Amino acid sequence: MAKFTKKKDGDLPAVSTASLPDIVFMLLFFFMTVTTMKDSSLMVANTLPNASEIKKLEKKDRVIYIYVGTPTQEYQKVFGTEPKIQLNDKFANVDEVGSFILAERAKKPQELQNVLTTALKVDKDANMGLITDIKQQLREVNALKVNYTTYEGDAFNNLQ
Amino acid sequence: MPRRKGAPEVNAGSMADIAFLLLIFFLVTTTIETDAGLDRMLPPIEPPDENVVIKQKNIFTVNINKNGQLLVEDNLMEIKDLRKAAAAFLENGADGSCTYCKGRKDPSSSDNPTKAIISLKNDRETKYSTYITVQNELVGAYNDLRNREAQRLYGRDFTKMEAEYLNPETPSSVRDDLKDKVKRVQDMFPQKLSEAETTSN
Repeated sequence: MAKFTKKKDGDLPAVSTASLPDIVFMLLFFFMTVTTMKDSSLMVANTLPNASEIKKLEKKDRVIYIYVGTPTQEYQKVFGTEPKIQLNDKFANVDEVGSFILAERAKKPQELQNVLTTALKVDKDANMGLITDIKQQLREVNALKVNYTTYEGDAFNNLQ
Repeated sequence: MPRRKGAPEVNAGSMADIAFLLLIFFLVTTTIETDAGLDRMLPPIEPPDENVVIKQKNIFTVNINKNGQLLVEDNLMEIKDLRKAAAAFLENGADGSCTYCKGRKDPSSSDNPTKAIISLKNDRETKYSTYITVQNELVGAYNDLRNREAQRLYGRDFTKMEAEYLNPETPSSVRDDLKDKVKRVQDMFPQKLSEAETTSN
């Protein structure tokens, strides 16, 4: 009879934590799959404008990024407050854009070299003069597919 | 001497800790970026071989000055009216060859959608945000017309069909089917949006 009375010692059985690793792994895999590593830190202010008629940029390996905006606080002493171009990790002048595109293009596999898109991430307070110069540079190296990267939203919010 | 019982069990209690460590690492480095924007093609640098003569009435000129004001076909216009004006120009169909157009057939406006060209010019001091808004409205005018035709022909929005077609996760059988439909609607209103070189003053 002692066998039956033993169970009644009053304590709740501990909740099994054996499946905790599984749960954590599930979360881990979720974040691993949706993660894109940032390959360059932004050195320019980059508040994109809004637009509603947008298309998603599929296939990240086919995209070359160009950032434009005013340098952030820590770089303003050296580079001033006029909008600048950021290519990878450094500031650049307009005439370096062409060679940058060619260098980036050469890094990509052969079969992708003709289908590359240039994503222009431009701060909404930049002037069109700089953008026009970049566009001219892009045309010179025959990188004609561009994507003006924007946030999704009502385009009229840009005007305020 | 104690008896050996197989290999001792590895303590897996710290597995959760290791997994948490990895999880936290990926949590911190994650930026769930959904890059999206307006796709545009720049004109090639070498001019076309033959000198194409384009009638003035087939060109819809949009000028943005440095204060963000619009000059459309030599008249001042608010940006919110631009989409309608552009759509009306595109589907004007003055020569009557466009059977699906619902325009006014005004003889002083565009002949048919395949000939209609929108020319966008901007000043060097135009703000980028204004430029994007105008681009957005012009692309919107095309999309509105294409959506209308896609609704009529296939009962779906063109923009949805195109997004599905461009999505790499769509099965290829569906994509092949969509390809012709997307192409057909695109050809009804081909996007001819010219970005001329900027004026300097």
